[in-house]
Formats: sequence, C-alpha cells, structure tokens
Amino acid sequence: MRRQAPNLIGHGLRLGLLAMSALLGGCSRDVMNPAGDIALQQRNLILFATLVMLLIIVPVMVLIVLFAWRYRRGNPNKTYDPGFDHSTTLELVIWSCPLFIIIALSAVTWTSTHLLDPFRPLARIAPGKPVPPGTKPLEVEVVGLDWKWLFIYPDLGIATVNELALPTNVPVHFSITSTDQFNAFYAPTLAGMVYAMPNMRSELNAVLNRPVETTGYSSNYTGRGFSDMQFRLRGMAPADFDRWVAGVKGSGGGLATQAYIALAKPSERAPVMHFASVQPGLFDRIVNACVEPGTPCQADVMHRDMQRAGGTAPGSAVKPAAPAQPKPGDPHHRDMTRADPSLAPGAVRAGHA
Amino acid sequence: MTDTLTKTIFGRLTWDSLPIHEPILVGTFIVVALGGLAVLAAITRYRLWGYLWKEWFTSVDHKRIGIMYLVLGIIMLLRGFSDALMMRGQQAVAFGSDQGFLPSHHYDQIFTAHGTIMIFFVAIPLVVGIVNFVMPLQIGARDVAFPFLNNLSFWLTVAGAVLVMLSLFVGEFARTGWLGYAPLSELAYSPDTGVDYYLWSLQIAGVGTTLSAINMVATIIKMRAPGMTMMKMPVFCWTALCSNALAVAIFPALTAAFFLLILDRYAGTHFFTNQLGGAPMMYWNMVWIWGHPEVYVLVLPAFGIFSEITSTFTGKRLFGYSSMVYATVVITILSYLVWLHHFFTMGAGPSVNSFFGIATMVISIPTGAKIFNWLFTMYRGDIRFELPMMWVVAFMLTFVIGGMTGVLLAIPPADFVLHNSLFLVAHFHNVIIGGVVFGLFAGMVYWFPKAFGFKLDPFWGHVAFWGWTVGFWIAWAPIYIVGLMGTTRRVHHFDDLSLQPYFIVAAIGAVVILIGILGFVMSIIMGFVKRDQLRDTTGDPWEGRTLEWSTTSPPPAYNFALTPVIHNLDAWYDMKTHGYQRPAEGFRPIHMPRNTGAGVILSGLAFTLGFGMIWYMWWLAALSFVGLFVVAIGHTFNFNRDYFIPADEVTRTESQRPQPLEARA
Repeated sequence: MRRQAPNLIGHGLRLGLLAMSALLGGCSRDVMNPAGDIALQQRNLILFATLVMLLIIVPVMVLIVLFAWRYRRGNPNKTYDPGFDHSTTLELVIWSCPLFIIIALSAVTWTSTHLLDPFRPLARIAPGKPVPPGTKPLEVEVVGLDWKWLFIYPDLGIATVNELALPTNVPVHFSITSTDQFNAFYAPTLAGMVYAMPNMRSELNAVLNRPVETTGYSSNYTGRGFSDMQFRLRGMAPADFDRWVAGVKGSGGGLATQAYIALAKPSERAPVMHFASVQPGLFDRIVNACVEPGTPCQADVMHRDMQRAGGTAPGSAVKPAAPAQPKPGDPHHRDMTRADPSLAPGAVRAGHA
Repeated sequence: MTDTLTKTIFGRLTWDSLPIHEPILVGTFIVVALGGLAVLAAITRYRLWGYLWKEWFTSVDHKRIGIMYLVLGIIMLLRGFSDALMMRGQQAVAFGSDQGFLPSHHYDQIFTAHGTIMIFFVAIPLVVGIVNFVMPLQIGARDVAFPFLNNLSFWLTVAGAVLVMLSLFVGEFARTGWLGYAPLSELAYSPDTGVDYYLWSLQIAGVGTTLSAINMVATIIKMRAPGMTMMKMPVFCWTALCSNALAVAIFPALTAAFFLLILDRYAGTHFFTNQLGGAPMMYWNMVWIWGHPEVYVLVLPAFGIFSEITSTFTGKRLFGYSSMVYATVVITILSYLVWLHHFFTMGAGPSVNSFFGIATMVISIPTGAKIFNWLFTMYRGDIRFELPMMWVVAFMLTFVIGGMTGVLLAIPPADFVLHNSLFLVAHFHNVIIGGVVFGLFAGMVYWFPKAFGFKLDPFWGHVAFWGWTVGFWIAWAPIYIVGLMGTTRRVHHFDDLSLQPYFIVAAIGAVVILIGILGFVMSIIMGFVKRDQLRDTTGDPWEGRTLEWSTTSPPPAYNFALTPVIHNLDAWYDMKTHGYQRPAEGFRPIHMPRNTGAGVILSGLAFTLGFGMIWYMWWLAALSFVGLFVVAIGHTFNFNRDYFIPADEVTRTESQRPQPLEARA
C-alpha cells in the first residue's frame, strides 16, 4: 500500500506536472518543484487530487456554459419544459458522482495522512530507496524566536541562526518548539510546515534529495518582525556538509545560557549566526521554559501538580526517550510534551511518591 | 494630583493616542470628516433628522431594518475594500530594497481590520439585511417574531462597526490577524488598545448577531402563512433557517472565547497565556468552532438567493427542491464537524487529521448536488439573462474552482505545504467572493425593485458585474500561483524579485474590482436618477414565483392586507396561474408594533461601555453598564408598544394599487 500510491499515479502525473510547471514559470522555490522526498509526495498528492477532481469539475463547467447558451431565451430551437423539476435517475447521478470522487479521495487521504505524518519516521529516502536499517537520522532542534530561527544540531554540538544546512539523502528528525509565539516552521521544498509552539515540542521527519540553496519561512503571523523571519535552507552533499560543520565549529562563539538569553530578545532581520558549541540540554530547557536560572521546569511543575491533585500521577510525568529504532506510526511519536528524562526530576522522585 | 485625575477620567487616552504623525490617517480623517460634515449638513438643511429618526432609526419594520443593514454593509465594504487596495498596493511595490509605503505596524493593522470588517461588518450585515427584508415577505408574515429585538440587533451591530471605525483615528486596531489568535493577542504581546478595540467591537456586534439569529429562527418556525408547511417553504427561507440556527449555535462559542480572552487581558487570568497552565491552542479551537460554521452561515443564504433567482429567470420550478433542502440541512450539520482543518499542521495525530479532512470533503457532496440542481434547473428552461441571472452563472463558474481548491486543502498532507500560504488566502476569497459576495450582489439587484419601487440602472449594473467577475480572476489567479510557490500570507515585504509581476497583476485586478464596486454604487445613484423610467408598477418586475412579488413595490408597512393561504411551493406563481384576484374589501384593522428609540439608546450605551473598557475609563464603563440595565428594564415598563392600522386606511392603501395581472396586460 505504502509504495503503491505514487507508482500508480507516477506517469499519469507527468502531464499535469508539465502543465503546472508551464503555468508556474519554473520558479525554484516553489511547492511544485520540491527537493525533498516528503515534499515530492505532497506535490504528487496535490496533482493527483486535482486531476481526480477535474474529472467532475470540467464537465460541470462545460455543462454550465452549454446549458446557459442553449436554453437562453433568444434561442428558438430550444426545448422549454417548465414541468421538468424532478428526476429520480438524475438525482441519483447528482448525488453519486461527487460521492464517488470523495470516496476515492478519502481513501487517498486516509493512507497519505498516515504515511506522511510528520511525526512518523521515514521509511524511504527517495522513491525505491528505503532507509537502510540501523540508520540514525540527523537530529535538528528548531526554536522559533522573536523573530528568527535557531537551529541546534545536538549530536554535532553546533547551532546556527537563520541557516539550516542539511546533508542530502540523510533522514533528518526535527524537534520543533518556540519561545513566545505560535510560529510555523515552513520549508516548502523540504516537507511543508509544522507549527512551532511554546512549551510544546512538535516533530518533523524529512529528507533532502538534492543540493539546494533556498528559503524557509515562518508561516504563521507572529507580530512585528514576522515578514523577515526567514532562514536559508541549504542542501549539501555529505562531504560539503562535513566541511560546513567544521567551518561552524571553527567560527568561535558558543551558545550557553547567557548567550541564549541575549539571543532570545526580540530582534528583526537577524543575520545568519554560527555557534561553535551548544550547552547540552538547552532545547529541553527551552521547551520547559526554564532556561533562565532559577525558573522551575514545566515538566517538573506539572508533575508536582499532578501528585498534589490526589496522587493519581503515573510514576513519571515524562516518558523515557524513544528507543533507538523508532517504530513508524507509534503513538509515542505524538507525545508533544515529551522532554528529556534527565531533565525530569519527577522520574527520579517517582519512588518517593 | 492632576495626573491622577486625568488618568481617572481619561484612562490611557492621551493626545498621543491620536495619529497626528501618520499622514495616511490624517488624510483619511480629513476626507471622512468632510464627507461626514457634508452628510450631516445636508440632513439638517433638508430637515431630515425628524424623518430619519421617526421613520428609520426607531423603526421596527423588518423591511426598513433590512435596508439599514444593507446600507451599513455597503459603507463598511468601502472601508474594507480600501484596506484591500492598500495591501495590494503595498505587496505590489515592497520588493527588495523598497520597503513599500506601509511599515509593518500599519500593514498588520490593515490586514487585521480587512478580515474583521469584511466578515463581521460587511458579509454578516448584508446577509442579515437580505434575510430581514425578504424572508418575512416570502413566508407571508407581517413582521419578524420580535420586532423591537430586530431593531436592537441592528443598532448593536452599528455600535460595533463604529468602534472599529473609531480605532482608525483614536488609538490603534489589533495587529493579530482577523481572529486574534492567542498568545499573540494576550496583553504581554499586544499591550495597546488594538486587541481591546477588536474584542469589544465584536462582542457588542456579536450580541446583535446572536439576537437577530434567534429572531429569524423564531419567525420562520412560528410565523409562516397558513398552508406553508416546511416543505412548501421557498428555498431561500430554508437556507435562512439553517444559517440562523447555525448562528445561534456557534456565536456563543465565539463570545465565550472572547470573554475568556478579555478576562486574561483585564483580570490577569491565564486561560490562553503561555504561562501558568494557559492553553493558547484552546483559543484556536474555540474560535474555529465558531469560524468554520460561520462560513456556512454566510454562504447558505447566498445559495438560497441563487436558487430563487435561477428558478425565476429560467421560468421553472427549482429542480430537485427536496434534495436542495436535504443538502442544506446536511451542510448545516456537517459544518460543525470540520473546524480542526484550520490547523492540521499543529500536530494532531494522523487519525484525527484524516477524520476532519474527510468530513470536510464530505461537505462537497451536498454542495456539488446543489450545483447540479441549479444546472438542471437551467436545463430545458427559458433563461432570461438579466443581471441577477448573470451573477448566478458567474457564481457557478467561479465557485466550483473554489470548491476544488477547498477539497485540495482538506487533504492533510497537501495542507502541510499549502496552509498559511497565499494559496489558502486565494481559496477562501474564491469561495467568499465567488459564493457569498456574488450571491449578495445578485440578491441586491434582484430584490432592489421590491424594496424601492424601481430597478437599479442596468448599464452600471453591468459595469459592476464585469468589474467584479473579471477583476476577481485577475486579482486572485496570481495569488493562487504564488501560493503554490510557497509564498506565505500576512507578509508586508518580499526579497524574491521574481514574485513581483504576480503581485502587480493582482493589484491591477483589485483596481478592476474597484470599478465593479463603484459601478454598483453608480447603479444605485443612476437608478435613483432614472427612477421614473425604471419604475416597477406591478410589484412583480421579474415574473417572480414567491410571495414577496405579490405585494406592491415597495410593500406597505403591513406587507399583506390579508394573510395569504399557501397551496403550492411557488406560491405566487401558483396564485398567478389560477388567476388570483386580490380582494378589494373585507379588511380588518391590522395590529402593528410601534417604533421605539430604546434600541438606539441601548446600543449607544453599549458603545460607551466598550469605549470605556478599551481606554480603561472605568467610571464610564460602570456608568454605561448600569445605564444598560436601567434602560433595558425601563423599556419593559413601556406598555405603549402597538397600534392598529384602521380597516378603512388599509382599504384606501390597497385600492391605490393596480391589480397585478391587469397591470401587466
């Protein structure tokens, strides 16, 4: 089922695609010309659904014009039948045509919504190229600040502002949050958008398939500096990416508590910044609103509140981190409040409860 | 000391609240002030104050209230459309090093005001106005169920509209987008008066809309003429019933959401804040539980208008009346089950997203059935392409595209790339302009002779039609395209120069739409100038089929001298084919509601209550609040509420009009 949909549609889509790209003048930043496999599947889905709907839309539009022309008052050759106001056969057709189209689209919707769920780990890198077993996706933590994007590469120990570099053909797992506003992390050519929300952690799994230099956005309005809250999205061959990482590591400044607090102050049109090192666990403290020294972490507060409210709290407010090899479709991927267990003293104190 | 005193009296209102340093606003203010003074001077010069007050402002006649709603809607349309022109202008020039003429501070207020005004103070008043005017006539009633409430509803809507307009010149309007999403709309991020203007104007207008909806539902349920069973009711009344029943159900959700946000902003609670357990996402859910059905509150009556017009101008009964009714009811119910599609990308699970996506698509089945029904009403018809029918065909061709892009956006993975993009913006303008606005124009052209006794000027009517229909596609086709390129909404400046041509074309389209709007205004003015040529003496200028065409144009205050008895769906057509002769005698005194100024006074107090709360003038707010209670309770002791039109006056009025069948011969 998983591979079927794109294959079935595959060749038929070319025609629609050609028409569409002609219409769009081949702009490189667009949704119709994706550089990532998820965005590609989303694009194909858009084209498929459009074609299916045109099956009914085009005849209807033709009929509207045809009937309007043929049954105009000035036409002497028309049939005028004022009594024609009901026909069971026609009514059946009227209701069943849209019904069949929607049944077809619903089936596609159900499967594609599950397969392209942003929280679902990738099953393939490109059409016909499954993710090799044991591949560990590149972790990227995304923070929507007012009004700039912070990207933390926890495994590489680096961070950037307004620049997201990704190696091609490597699965990437984004953890996404925000400090104050409801942002939406939007990389049209990579995989569309996911909201970035304060105190919450959303996720996105995606992959870039070819080198690109393009732009990503915040797509949900957040106030004054929103229009310029963009980031460079750079796809690089793995060797180039390694060079880029080395470059960032050699660039000087680090991102620890004080540097982050300064960075988080609202600013507009922030330039690209590189940080050679990142304080470990920074992202989880951002999610729990406890970067500022002395602020209690939300996971902690919530856990204490739950215990106080009658001791019905489970052993831990925070579930342990995902296993190394996550299962696609596991409901665990949806737990947006999940934070790093090392930060949740509740987990340790569970014994005392 | 004086400082404290000033603060107590004026709250946070200071001289700095007036935008004397913003040339655009100063210019606007001068134009508005001069125009306003000219109108006031003219009213005084021609001694119209007494007439306006006695015959219009205090009127409880559903026809006059309907017309006042329409006037309000058209005035606010001009305001909302100026906002649209400014946005189109800004986005056409603000590329690369050019920041355009609107800084984000100003631009963000404009797009917020545009959305708020167009939905709450244009679309709703126009829809309510047409329902108010037409529906009681169609069901053979003499007025709505609660005539005074109707007047109050209208003036509350006006109070909200005046508050929104005032924010242009005193203080700021919200910079949050038209739904005022938390947490951005919380005090921490929007400390100025903008969100407060937004909240109080919509709370006040929202009370009006809710009361009006209750009134309309009660009228349709209780006041139909004898013989008019539910399934003999004109389709427009069915859509009005469903639309208003929906409004009764959803507006409380919006009022509650706004009330909680008001508590957050005024009382320091944490319903929707980021801190202390607040849940901003809850606000999104609550406003969209209102917001999505609201689309259907607006579009269902438009569907009803199209149905009436198609049937009239094809000279046929509506094809598939019962399936039209069922489709309307199904849409009403389903519209509750789809709100989550406004935030698929917020991280709900794939099963939840699929459910709401499929529920959304299912709505296109009854909607598609409706399109087919209109299509087959045209089939074997005798179609007269007068202006209302032209609007219907333009609607059908435009709306199917909007429906298609809507179904596309309902597929969650597609929405992941298209949400919050200009594609989405183009989609909802496609359905709201192509569906609601075209429907309202069709309805206004269609029922204008009924309301005023003469038709709109056809030449300018055609200008309006072509301006809107052609302008729509020039303005929105490029926006669809840039949306497909991943361009996001609410942006006041672009770096990518390759997008500029699209926005220039869109701006040209907006100017063409402007021609359409001015054409409509001209068609009213020129219609009035040429009213003798365009006069409707029969009461039935379009060969109508429903009851409103059995009355004179304009109808007498009491609508029907004798309550009609209904035998058939197209009641007036049925009466005409049976050679109906209107009785010339045998009238009895008609019981009528008396006009009252209480609605104007209550709304004035609601306005000052809102103004006091917005500016933290607590004394004013408290005084107004107490005043509201006193006047409302005081009004219940006013027993002088009704009067009788004597039988001989009815006889006189009726004898002055020709028999419709004779008049046509």
